[in-house]
Amino acid sequence: MTAESVHESTRPLPTVPGDGSAPGPHGTRLLSGWFTSGRAADLADHLDRYGPLPLDRARRGGRGGPAPLIHAVEEAGLTGRGGAAFPTARKLQAVADGRGPAVVVANAMESEPASAKDATLLQLAPHLVLDGIALAAEAVGAREAHLCVARTRQHQVHELHAALAERERHRVGGVPVRLHELPHHYVSSEESALVRWLNGGDARPMSTPPRPFEKGVGKRPTLIDNVETLAHLALIARYGPAWYRQAGAPDAPGTTLVTLGGAVRHPGVYEAPMGAPLGRLLAHGGGPSEPLSAVLVGGFFGSWLPADEALPTRFTKQDLAQLGAGPGAGVLVALPERACGLAETASVLAFLARNGAQQCGPCRFGLPAVAEDFAALAFGRLDPDGLRRLERRVGLLAGRGACRHPDGASRFAATALRTFAAEVERHLHHGPCPAVDHAPVLHVPTGSVPGADEWR
Amino acid sequence: MAITRSTDLSLRLDRIACEGHGACAELLPELLSLDEWGFPIVHSATVPPELAAHARRAVAACPVLALRLDRTRP
Repeated sequence: MTAESVHESTRPLPTVPGDGSAPGPHGTRLLSGWFTSGRAADLADHLDRYGPLPLDRARRGGRGGPAPLIHAVEEAGLTGRGGAAFPTARKLQAVADGRGPAVVVANAMESEPASAKDATLLQLAPHLVLDGIALAAEAVGAREAHLCVARTRQHQVHELHAALAERERHRVGGVPVRLHELPHHYVSSEESALVRWLNGGDARPMSTPPRPFEKGVGKRPTLIDNVETLAHLALIARYGPAWYRQAGAPDAPGTTLVTLGGAVRHPGVYEAPMGAPLGRLLAHGGGPSEPLSAVLVGGFFGSWLPADEALPTRFTKQDLAQLGAGPGAGVLVALPERACGLAETASVLAFLARNGAQQCGPCRFGLPAVAEDFAALAFGRLDPDGLRRLERRVGLLAGRGACRHPDGASRFAATALRTFAAEVERHLHHGPCPAVDHAPVLHVPTGSVPGADEWR
Repeated sequence: MAITRSTDLSLRLDRIACEGHGACAELLPELLSLDEWGFPIVHSATVPPELAAHARRAVAACPVLALRLDRTRP
């Protein structure tokens, strides 16, 4: 079967018109069931809407033949929705090419405090995600699959257990999926942390290589994908790459879930076409509710961009990379002019410093020092020498940890210093601005550094 | 007989194992230095042939075996 023929035998997906460009229900795919029925889809709703699980389309061909699904995903141009935007087909193929039976891990940890899209997806369309796990497992030749969620979200755990039981009762098919409740720390969602935890260790990142696709869970080739990525894969398996590309742009096909926050009229999770300008994405949430100074793209692991630069920029990996940003997990926070970007940044850096794995030098010493300097800049006094020290320390974080946590913190701090350069000058000469007395825009979780026994 | 195998060496640092003893930077200042807390900054992971002996000494000196020397893949 070729990629193009994948969708021919499938019933057309109703109520999803055209390019997915219209804000609201008409641009939706993953969330279309929600807009049609107004409730979370149980298995009966799911099967009514999408038909049975098309496992045969994911099955591998003859000896050495690639799975048609991997080809379809490649044609579709699906990229990972967990943050790295890596081409999903390449990851699938690498795992499929590995030695011995593979393992699939679905990442629903969503540790990014500004994101709510994975939880929303799992609540409204859990069976799309579970279909994606089954199909990906079939395509890479996996005999076991794991779904990792945060232990703190007991409601989600309960709902997913129910969904899994429902599938078993109705013999939906596919590999058995085990649900795991991991400790909920910021870096515990990192892929090597999942592998380490599933292998019986702490939910803390490991040194790589070997990368999980080479040697992961049980030392086997392991596919780790974000749950939204797997849900898109489940739709591509049914409707094919040409359908997938009807939404979005040629260089950034499909739709994506975004979490809009800050000064937008209706903050929340929306499904929007990839490749749309950031201003259009904000329009899904009713647009800015007041004049903006900046947009945080990608959440706490993301970048600050000045509003006038950000709003016309297209939501693609390439366009954002030119501004030193990336799509991340689809978080956009609109910062109103009245807020202090430096104070917001200082609070997030303090959070990132508390929430490293405390394993490598940069996270044990460099990041806390950066957070402290930044707090002095935002809330107290920092002299020009202090600012130079801060800039030097920010520059020394990236590329010096086992995982990318210090890289993310470095980018977050560096883009803040650039985007809020005028405020930096003002703070250096006049101290904190009056905005620090207002409630912050970003909701930064409190809590102290996890203890050594809190990672298992 | 011509030997075509690459002999380029590269440094690989296990950031989790590293405890910041600093012996590596002492023995291989051409490629490594230390940050203000004593943790290594790798300026170049590729080891030129003339520094191979120094690199081996730096690897051997690490008390927690955090530094390794890998043959660079051609």
